[in-house]
Amino acid sequence: MRYVFRIQRFNPETDKAPYYKEYEVELEPTDRVLDGLNQIKWNIDGTLTYRRSCAHGVCGSDAMRINGTNALACKVLVRDVGPKVTIEPILGLPVIRDLVVDMDPFFEQYRSISPFLINDEPPPHGRERLQSIEERERYDDTTKCILCAACTTSCPSFWANENYVGPAAIVNAHRFIFDSRDRGAARRLEVLNSRTGVWRCHTIYNCTVACPREIQVTKAIGEVKQAILYRQST
Amino acid sequence: MNQTLNAAFVNRRGRPPGGNFELYAWFFMRISGVLLLALAVFHLFWMHVVIGVDNIDFAVVAARWENPLWKLYDFFLLAFALTHGMNGLRMIGDDYVRRPGLAVAFKAVLFVLYIAFIGMGAYIIFTFVPPEPVAVLP
Repeated sequence: MRYVFRIQRFNPETDKAPYYKEYEVELEPTDRVLDGLNQIKWNIDGTLTYRRSCAHGVCGSDAMRINGTNALACKVLVRDVGPKVTIEPILGLPVIRDLVVDMDPFFEQYRSISPFLINDEPPPHGRERLQSIEERERYDDTTKCILCAACTTSCPSFWANENYVGPAAIVNAHRFIFDSRDRGAARRLEVLNSRTGVWRCHTIYNCTVACPREIQVTKAIGEVKQAILYRQST
Repeated sequence: MNQTLNAAFVNRRGRPPGGNFELYAWFFMRISGVLLLALAVFHLFWMHVVIGVDNIDFAVVAARWENPLWKLYDFFLLAFALTHGMNGLRMIGDDYVRRPGLAVAFKAVLFVLYIAFIGMGAYIIFTFVPPEPVAVLP
């Protein structure tokens, strides 16, 4: 079947402003949007630039705006987007070229919440830190994040204010704050209890819709808000 | 990395400006939201269903404010609605008014309006003296 890909192009060395270019590709309805992009890059226009690595929804490289909705190009089938599909880079991060954005601000925010296990106590009996099934279950949802930035770049608060730490960073803070083995909750909550922290979230739920891993992002942010409230009131 | 972002990190690692202000503002929005639901729905029910919009006139309001509990009710309605709404505007300003000078001016205007409206409302509600004679409460 014939599909039309309308892609936002931008080459900072030659273009003053981004523009749209249309490509026609022959695809099976069960092919993915990424297959269409590959066909264009390999057969029609080698200058088309985008990120992809694993192509199986795990690495989180190919987050882009597909018909106005943030998604991974490798997880969306062309039959679900119609015969004409518009593809743009994710919003709120500087475009480097075509569909490639500068992820540095995103990862800077991610690093600000100390996304690693903090625990100076020696492990009991010099062995591993055991956890019950319930303790592991508590933060299971937020372990699924692949840092594709689909949530953060779907958030109007982030579009308006790039200093907002963003849903992805909060999700990854949640993953450690509610981990029974971790002792760094206080320092993460302090970072998140600021004007550029969780309080910029006005529960618009774009992030939850955007997440290709189906993480309940807004719920996780709500739990972090509650954790800050309970910590301050005890 | 751009300068504003770096400055924001330095800022964030220190104590947040205003301490827990944002936390309490968020908590207030939750509580006042629930309260306003009850206050506003009852207000609507009372004025539209029990009294009826066509019957509202000076005498009805004057008679209603004979009762100090009604005065308190109306003041709570004003205070919670205005604080909730103004804080909402302040948050929208935090999101979208990015030039530092403009942001300060925006908040100053909000604050002045807030104090003026609360003060005016409180003054009218609590110093109201009904003229004689007063209509009977419905």
